[in-house]
Amino acid sequence: MAGGEDLKLLGAWASPFVTRVKLALSLKGLSFEDVEEDLGNKSELLLSSNPVHKKVPVLVHNGKPVCESVIILQYIDEAFAGIGPSLLPSDPYQRAVARFWAAYIDDKLVAPWVQATRGKTEEEKSEGINQTFAAVEMLEGALRECSKGEGYFGGETVGLVDVSLGSLLSWLNATEVMSGTKIFDPVKTPLLAAWMDRFSELDAAKAALPEVDRVVEFAIKRQAQAAAAAVTSDNK
Amino acid sequence: MGGEKKGLVLLDFWVSPFAQRCRIALAEKGLVYESLEQELLGDKSDLLLGSNPVHKKVPVLLHDGRAVCESLVILEYIEDAFPGAAPQLLPADPYARAQARFWADYVDKRVYSCGTRLWKLKGEGRAAARAEMLETLRTLDAELGDKAFFGGEALGFVDVTLIPLTSWFYSYEKQGGFSVEEECPRLAEWARRCGERESVAKVLTAPEEVHDFIGLLKKHYGLE
Repeated sequence: MAGGEDLKLLGAWASPFVTRVKLALSLKGLSFEDVEEDLGNKSELLLSSNPVHKKVPVLVHNGKPVCESVIILQYIDEAFAGIGPSLLPSDPYQRAVARFWAAYIDDKLVAPWVQATRGKTEEEKSEGINQTFAAVEMLEGALRECSKGEGYFGGETVGLVDVSLGSLLSWLNATEVMSGTKIFDPVKTPLLAAWMDRFSELDAAKAALPEVDRVVEFAIKRQAQAAAAAVTSDNK
Repeated sequence: MGGEKKGLVLLDFWVSPFAQRCRIALAEKGLVYESLEQELLGDKSDLLLGSNPVHKKVPVLLHDGRAVCESLVILEYIEDAFPGAAPQLLPADPYARAQARFWADYVDKRVYSCGTRLWKLKGEGRAAARAEMLETLRTLDAELGDKAFFGGEALGFVDVTLIPLTSWFYSYEKQGGFSVEEECPRLAEWARRCGERESVAKVLTAPEEVHDFIGLLKKHYGLE
């Protein structure tokens, strides 16, 4: 990799937002120090690098921190423009389309999905599930338009949207294991189902995505903790 | 569907701070465009629904018939599509660009939604929104520091993102019972400085009109 570049990723193995950055760094062939944070006991480095949000991921490049996963992806693309493939195309309109769908994934897929699992009431969870599937349907259409018959949202090559969505794969697989439901159903969303298989085969995906079994274990443990906390608060 | 019209068309709404971001950027860069006022509280136009089927919202920038949606995506598009149109709102250096995007994202995620909770909620909800709004404004005040603009010596991406929301400060102050001048004097001074620019003065809604509009929304939502 480029000489003299110091890249440190402050992350947490289960976080898909952290996985996003690992995917991008791997696609570009950039080596980095993988710093695992204990989110229950955040390091001084994390707190001083991201004082506003105090969250992972943070990419520290030659001592300077960059925060927010999609912003980090664009930073990597721009700071290492000559190295490896580009995540964003050069055409302004195609760049806008990519940015639009990357934002959509976080606002309309991830946010409701989190609500589906961590909502406080059954109504909230149910609403989250409905919104998640509505977003998946929308993304099937987006993939059809963006791929133009090729394999990825980026066309022939993996792009910003592929990385943004691909970072969720271990969690999508974990959800299938735990609930029996495929979020990218091959009958309802054939393009996304095929895309998921294709993306999983990438070297970068194998390097960056956490093991599904480990994610399942983590999710079950977290559900148990939430349930215990709910019982305790009910008993107050 | 008006699709192949040449040039720039902005699907607009008079009080939308998100549409105003685009109008300020276009004005600063001297780019000519047509503003098409949209009906949002009634029936949305076929043009709007066809151009933004995903969100059905303004602003939408149509460029030679192709639609770009979401205000910050539009701002970046304007930068990319018109590289010769000075001033550049984003700096050239990748790290500085990342910082600008970070703060624009912070403004975009925090200010308007928190402000909405300030006027929609009562009791504990409103108190929480008030605390969050104060924290947000103080954080922005600290980030601005002694600079003339968030972009440094010249207006930049973050400034354009936040400026239209300054028209809403009066309403937030009334709902929250605080004064931006007292809590964040540098931010208040920055708002005045920006307001003196022609591109901003021509575009921003008067604070009292925003306040009246919120009154209208409250009735619309049955909150009065």
